[in-house]
Amino acid sequence: MRTFHGVTLSWTVDEAVLEVKLHRGPCNEIGTAMLHELEQLAALVDDGAAGARAMLIYSDRPKGFSAGADLRELHDGMKGLRSSSARTLAQVLVRRAGAEEPVLATVRDMALGAARVGRRALVQPLVVREVRRFLRRIHAVFDVLDSAPIVTVAACHGVVFGGGFELALTADVRVADASARFAFPELRLGIVPGFGGVPRLEREVGNGVVRDLLLTGRSLNARRAHTLGLVSQVTARGEHVQAARRAARQAARFDPASVAAAKRFVKPVPRARLDAEIDTFLEMLRNPAVEAALERFVTSTDVRPYLP
Amino acid sequence: MTDAHDRVLDRLLQLARDRYGARAEQLHAGDDLYAALQIDSMEAMDLLTALEETFDVEIPDYELQEVRTLSSIAEIVRQRLP
Repeated sequence: MRTFHGVTLSWTVDEAVLEVKLHRGPCNEIGTAMLHELEQLAALVDDGAAGARAMLIYSDRPKGFSAGADLRELHDGMKGLRSSSARTLAQVLVRRAGAEEPVLATVRDMALGAARVGRRALVQPLVVREVRRFLRRIHAVFDVLDSAPIVTVAACHGVVFGGGFELALTADVRVADASARFAFPELRLGIVPGFGGVPRLEREVGNGVVRDLLLTGRSLNARRAHTLGLVSQVTARGEHVQAARRAARQAARFDPASVAAAKRFVKPVPRARLDAEIDTFLEMLRNPAVEAALERFVTSTDVRPYLP
Repeated sequence: MTDAHDRVLDRLLQLARDRYGARAEQLHAGDDLYAALQIDSMEAMDLLTALEETFDVEIPDYELQEVRTLSSIAEIVRQRLP
């Protein structure tokens, strides 16, 4: 499919470059809707990228490339699981009590109370199972983009945070305009990045930089990211997509088989670390502090909600 | 405060006026910058980038987390001037 127009992203092939535009408001938060369309993109790339020899990915959202995982969706999903699980447990208790009206209402209240007390133990395995499924799916997509046999270029501006940063890190080359800021604020929620970000960042820069970003939650501007080698080119504001497009078109001129061989040589997928990341993420997710931090985040009105 | 602090503060006021126009006309050193200019989280990030570009410094986000007045932001910037 040479053109696609979805709810969260679109693509077209132009001059041998597969151009992918992210356009989900407010800032390309990655939830189930975007994951579904990213899976379609990965299937296309896996199937020859419609003949394209390079890929460009960028955002048309004014606020930035991507603000990362859709934390509101995660928060609402956890709440939904909790309430539905409590209802289910209440129904089971009522059934076992064999009660009938009017005793039923009292038994139901007692059962709901018991369900609330036991909800954490009841719900947590469900949350972990659902999050594990989501992570497996997004890792599969990011692995395809990371190891695609064509050159991939990410054009970044504004907010490039969390999962958005992780998506940008799958690209071979990153071009940023002067407004871009890169951050891994996940520790504010009590978790590590879960979409493969740390292993891919480790591949690009030294561990000291990884620790600084992860353990302080600070963001880096484009110039600093360029100095660290995280970004290949910095442009004036608004000029990054054109610069990235020129880089992609240049790469598209090379022999496809040579490019594929070169990429396998210079860009190994850090498989063991990616698997370890999922295990670490899910282990950290079991900490009750995560749910409380998520609640604080989605209700925060602070100008820097990504910091504790 | 020092001369260096005052120079940073003057440039900071000018930066705010350049970026926010009429919203920043009545700003004073003791004003809460974010409240006075009704800056949201995305604008705060953009302002941080502007501070770093204008003064050629690097400021970790957390340095500004509890800092809200123009004068105190100017002091954070001054401490990082080359």
